Amino acid sequence: MHPVRRQRLWVVVSIVLFSSAAVGLVVYALRQNINLFYPPADVVAGKAPLNTPIRVGGMVVEGSLVRSNESLEVRFEVTDFVESVTVVYEGILPDLFAEGEGVVASGRLRDSQSTGSGLALIEAGSGVSLPTVALIADEVLAKHDENYMPPEVAEALNKNATAAIDPL
Amino acid sequence: MIAELGHFALILALVLACLLACVPLWGSWARHYAAMRLAPALAISVGLFCLISFACLTHAFLNDDFSVKVVASNSNSLLPTVYKFSAVWGNHEGSLLLWVLILSLWMAAVALFSSDLPTPVLARVLAVMGAIAVGFLSFSLFTSNPFERLLPAVPADGSDLNPLLQDPGLIIHPPLLYMGYVGFSVAFAFAVAALLSGRLDAAWARWSRPWTNAAWGFLSLGIMLGSWWAYYELGWGGWWFWDPVENASFMPWLAGTALVHSLAVTEKRGLFKSWTVLLALSAFSLSLLGTFLVRSGVLTSVHAFASDPERGLFILVFLAIVIGGSLSLYAVRVPAVRNPIGFSFVSREALLLLNNVVFLVATLTVLFGTLFPLLMDALGKGKYSVGAPYFNAVFIPLMALLVPFMGLGPVSRWRDDSVHRWRSRLLLPAAIVSSLAVILPFLFGHGFNLWVALAILCAGWVICGLLDDLRARKRASIAWWRLLTRQPASYWGMVLAHCGFAAVTVSVVATTQYSVERDVRMAPGDRQVLAGYEFIFDKTERLRGPNYLADAASFRVEKDGSSIATLRPEKRRYFASSSLMTEAAIDASLFRDLYVAMGERVGDDGAWAIRLHYKPMVRWMWLGASAMALGAFCTVFDRRYRAVRERRTMTISAHASAH
Repeated sequence: MHPVRRQRLWVVVSIVLFSSAAVGLVVYALRQNINLFYPPADVVAGKAPLNTPIRVGGMVVEGSLVRSNESLEVRFEVTDFVESVTVVYEGILPDLFAEGEGVVASGRLRDSQSTGSGLALIEAGSGVSLPTVALIADEVLAKHDENYMPPEVAEALNKNATAAIDPL
Repeated sequence: MIAELGHFALILALVLACLLACVPLWGSWARHYAAMRLAPALAISVGLFCLISFACLTHAFLNDDFSVKVVASNSNSLLPTVYKFSAVWGNHEGSLLLWVLILSLWMAAVALFSSDLPTPVLARVLAVMGAIAVGFLSFSLFTSNPFERLLPAVPADGSDLNPLLQDPGLIIHPPLLYMGYVGFSVAFAFAVAALLSGRLDAAWARWSRPWTNAAWGFLSLGIMLGSWWAYYELGWGGWWFWDPVENASFMPWLAGTALVHSLAVTEKRGLFKSWTVLLALSAFSLSLLGTFLVRSGVLTSVHAFASDPERGLFILVFLAIVIGGSLSLYAVRVPAVRNPIGFSFVSREALLLLNNVVFLVATLTVLFGTLFPLLMDALGKGKYSVGAPYFNAVFIPLMALLVPFMGLGPVSRWRDDSVHRWRSRLLLPAAIVSSLAVILPFLFGHGFNLWVALAILCAGWVICGLLDDLRARKRASIAWWRLLTRQPASYWGMVLAHCGFAAVTVSVVATTQYSVERDVRMAPGDRQVLAGYEFIFDKTERLRGPNYLADAASFRVEKDGSSIATLRPEKRRYFASSSLMTEAAIDASLFRDLYVAMGERVGDDGAWAIRLHYKPMVRWMWLGASAMALGAFCTVFDRRYRAVRERRTMTISAHASAH
């Protein structure tokens, strides 16, 4: 084979090997690290998987925010005006988090009956009973300026708004 | 009146840009020299009118002209003057005007500093830039006019600049970032001009190289400032989130890094020509894609302004024209380019090719991760988001793969080298670096950490390659200081940039591994110990700023009984927008940062949610990135680029006298 051709062949072969290794890496990394968005209605309907990283978003229900007295744990309800899901989070909420505003929480859904842990921190005295399914969030994102709404939340809310007007 | 003047200037700039895009290009095709010579004058006047237009908008902001819509919705009479100035680009319309301004300034700079280019080349380059300017000027004028008036209902006061943007870092972050983004348009224009003329040679690479390096330097600085701003302003203590918009700026940077290295091969050895052109096209296309992602609001991100779909569509069409057009031109023209010279597998060319492949694959993986949610959404498969772990899992191994070859790079020879030579020269340094990597992590005082040891190994390897290269440059007769002063500017640029990369590597790994972060509930009088530092919450008080009210906390930090610092984080409520802002307090030093930020008030006993961070080595990241940028600027001043001009004038005058 002509030396220039042979060199070109080697270059091509190494690029192919290298990029397939990269593609393998991408697929492997992607499989573990993507999470799907579910509106609260889907979560309540049981369409969202348990113990898998997901995101849930919607409006924070007015008056649903409960803080623990001992730790930084908070609990609030997120709604898409059809159903609502309880979110439990331990940490500092973003500055623009507020009741009645849009929010996206990422975390894992837990069934309180089966695991019995994680939700025990909410005070028993507050009179709120534990929901069967709650999102244990590791990150809460709020909108970051007055007019901005995360696109997923906007779409989930819009869909329900139109559905409410026109049930068919 | 002033606003209308600005609008008018912008329209004039568009008309002139249209002329610039057509007349010189026609001239270069018809060999009409007078038409080609119009290009520099047109380019400079486009720059001038954009400057006038920008000055008018700035005037409206500084003088609180709330009849202009952009001013009314993004400024306030109480806003400090500096922030009124930076508010000019703290919104969609203004930032687009800044983009146009910077594009036209690059264009004017090319017109001014490239008088030594052959007339047809300069005419083509400026015409291509003019065409890009037409796209962005019409985008600004037709979809997001910054001079739109609110008449007759003029509001009494503006609704204020987003408090997150009221920060010194934001005054210079966007201009620098845009300098980088738009700067790649010069490399793009040179590439397209070369494709149009069908002449891709070493001279082409030499012309576009200083421009590309400068753009890359600005982009590095811009990204660095963005990361620094996120660190102290967002109140989370993070410095890189793999947010889509960060990725949008990072992808052109990665492609630009590949371009900078590939241009070196093209200039020095006349190789990789078509590859270099492709990289120049992709670097700018990725800049445009970044603009699209940021400005269209298709992705959830901290940077997205509330935006309308019409704008997104406009950029998408523009993007399709630029990418599709340039790639078709590439496909038509490039098969004619031949590489007559070969190189061996063990040579500097091969190492730089490897660099290019790694950076390109890194660009593609970041691109894939960024676009994956859009792709899945478009296919109706649901709304996914790709988290930071994906990017870390893919990006870090790629960079680790790069480092062994990066150390070899400066030592290696062009054309043909031998593994034996590398081994004999680098075996001893490698042994020293390996033992340092084992010992140094203990000095941090956190025990041995494998990842930190590996990072030190990588950084040490890069630096020992540079040192060995310097040693090889020294001949017996020259004194050390003369050796150092004799090296060309581009050599020092390379050294600075590579040292910067080493610093960033160590910093990223050490910060990630050794940081201690804790969110706690603290009331005045409480103490917390974090990594040996004792944080004592003294008190909170009320403060009044120019346009906000704040709860300011006071923390004393002690180590081993002696006081180290007093930190005063704040929680601000801005009057106009009544939005809350966290102002973190940082005690910065070369080897560690102490970081306190206030969350919200919890409970009734005056307790607050408090975020305490201990971050070792975090400064090195920004210092390293600055060194990279400085290195890039350094290369621009290399005598080589000026020598060409002098030689050229000499040959021209020689020709003239011969005739």
